[in-house]
Amino acid sequence: MPESQPNGRDSLDPAWLLGLYREMLRIRAVEEEIAARYSEQEMRCPVHLSIGQEATAVGACQALRPDDQILSSHRCHGHYLAKGGDLKAMMAEIHGKAAGCCGGRGGSMHLFDLKAGVLASVPIVSSSVPLAVGAALAFQQRGEDRVALAFLGDGSLEEGVFHESANLAAVMKLPAVFFVENNLYAVYTHLRGRQPDRPMTEIARAYAMPARHVDGNDVTAVHAATVEAVSRARAGGGPSLVIADTYRWREHCGPNYDNDLGYRGPEEFEVWKGRCPVGAFGADLKARGLLGDDEETRMNRQIAAEIDAAFAFAREAPFPDPASAGDGVYA
Amino acid sequence: MPERLLSAAEAIREAQDQAMAADRRVFVIGEGVADPKGVFGTTLGRVEKYGPGRVVETPLSENAFTGVAIGSALMGQRPILVHQRVEFALLAMEQMVGNAAKAHYVSNGAHCVPLVIRLIIGRGWGQGPQHSQSLEALFAYIPGLKLVMPATPADAKGMLLAAIADDNPVVFMEHRWIHYATGHVPEASAPTPLDGPRRRRDGDDVTLVATSYMVFEAVQAADALAGEGVGVDLFDLRVARPLVLDAVVQSVRRTGRLVIVDTGWQAFGIGAEIAARVTESCFGALKAAPRRIGLPAHPTPSSPMLAKAYYPSSEAIAETAGSLAGLEKNRVAKVRETIARNRNDVPFDIPHPSFRGPF
Ligand SMILES: Cc1ncc(C[n+]2csc(CCOP(=O)(O)OP(=O)(O)O)c2C)c(N)n1
Ligand SMILES: [Mg+2]
Repeated sequence: MPESQPNGRDSLDPAWLLGLYREMLRIRAVEEEIAARYSEQEMRCPVHLSIGQEATAVGACQALRPDDQILSSHRCHGHYLAKGGDLKAMMAEIHGKAAGCCGGRGGSMHLFDLKAGVLASVPIVSSSVPLAVGAALAFQQRGEDRVALAFLGDGSLEEGVFHESANLAAVMKLPAVFFVENNLYAVYTHLRGRQPDRPMTEIARAYAMPARHVDGNDVTAVHAATVEAVSRARAGGGPSLVIADTYRWREHCGPNYDNDLGYRGPEEFEVWKGRCPVGAFGADLKARGLLGDDEETRMNRQIAAEIDAAFAFAREAPFPDPASAGDGVYA
Repeated sequence: MPERLLSAAEAIREAQDQAMAADRRVFVIGEGVADPKGVFGTTLGRVEKYGPGRVVETPLSENAFTGVAIGSALMGQRPILVHQRVEFALLAMEQMVGNAAKAHYVSNGAHCVPLVIRLIIGRGWGQGPQHSQSLEALFAYIPGLKLVMPATPADAKGMLLAAIADDNPVVFMEHRWIHYATGHVPEASAPTPLDGPRRRRDGDDVTLVATSYMVFEAVQAADALAGEGVGVDLFDLRVARPLVLDAVVQSVRRTGRLVIVDTGWQAFGIGAEIAARVTESCFGALKAAPRRIGLPAHPTPSSPMLAKAYYPSSEAIAETAGSLAGLEKNRVAKVRETIARNRNDVPFDIPHPSFRGPF
């Protein structure tokens, strides 16, 4: 992971920009590999891939310090990796192994890494949002200048607990950021059938908090918007809402494409695929002379080697001892 | 006329369709009811037939739409609410426990809540701690709620029709693996009374009560035990609340032995209530203390290696029931072997083909 630029002071630094690109490539490659190998049935848990949404994860996490915390949902792979979560521990978890981040107990929807600041992922929609607010409360109570960021989907905005959390965070001026990845769908249901037609940023007005709407496939724009929200939270200004528009390419859950189901049109899909957050940023870097083909090849080769090693580790790692299944119910 | 073979998922779909066709007040509400997968196929094609006003695709707002369904029921509508996982209903516990279960009582009979709440229990494929819980005991605890747990496709249809016709809130729990089971399902729209257990196997040595999917595991155990001369009187509980145990008590008077196997955690579970009631009713007839089989006291782990020991198998049921009936150790081992041979190396985290019926 590149050194983060929490205050966004020099977002034109070529090394940092290359780092953003590399991290997006890496997340893409990890998930492509999961998809490619899923049919081998060694990963015996559901997977919610975020292919197509890499810029939100990377841009937002780049606005955070290592000691800031993120909370995630069922679709947590990208967030976990972008915040610096351990790849081997993630792959081992998805393979149900003892070396997994949850010791094999959680599977792909429960990724966390305390060292990296990934506090928890929770597969119940919106359930992790108040946890982020609670982390922010702890920071405030202890006088720490840390920030908690909740990643949530557009569907999460429909849950009561999101609104209760936003209100509570606002009234207590807690250092929290509500970061919405609006990929237009909750499973197979389009946003228009679930929410009234209004800018999502309007939601923030009900809680008197600032809101920013960004192109979620533009990693530097995501970063800049999140930096604003994070800086405000860190300075004691309270929570903010960031709405980032993006698109999930693969099926809601699983390794395949599901456009054949007909819930979204091929034109829409092609438009979003044409706006690939990874490809577009790479092309931009090349056009600006910051990225050469050799450099890109080297990056891809390094990433592939890292992923191969992580899969090899996960496959060879021992399973947890069945006799340990009942351990740790209580602290 | 040849009998039709349907899966339980198809039976559920048909029951809802017939109820909607017969009564304009019946409607379906939930997340995914109108989407291309239609809640594991159980609501498929219905929005095309009845329109979005009666197949209500909701925002992700479980607490609200449960209250909304209750409110509409108070006005005389007959909603069928569905969650693809029982866990999603936890967000709406207050509405179910506070409003649905109490409206009739607290209004001194003026209000009715003719609501069906379909809750699906997940199992297998590493779904882990928050997508595969069997929380039926939470609902069974609440006076004012009924709790129905079908195992066979015929019951899935008949009991769902009865639940829809019932003037009370009925929690209708569908174990995901019963959806795959097939069986003969009558075409007519005929409710099956929510009146208590049904005998699935006959025997004189031990009484076995099973719920939901565990009925299929119990059938395997009972059949294998029969091969060793142990007669199992096997009941499919069907309805956990109101709990009617007359037939079970009669059976225990004959066998003197009781084993209960349910899909939930053993401690504080459905099995505990059954054991207590049967013991209270015929303590003198018991030759041994009743035995409960259920989940161990920890969350569902995702890893196949950890989850394997989590779910009671037909082998475990056979062992418990066989030993209780006095079957010698080596013959218990033979029974276990027979079952394992039938299982034929199919991984435990996908539904076993032999549980497809027909039942
Ligand atoms: C409370 C609750 N209701 C329903 C579900 C089932 N479910 C899992 S993901 C999902 C869609 C979530 O949509 P969104 O928040 O937009 O996230 P996305 O999947 O698009 O990333 C649903 C309905 C759930 N996990 N939790
Ligand atoms: Mg979404």
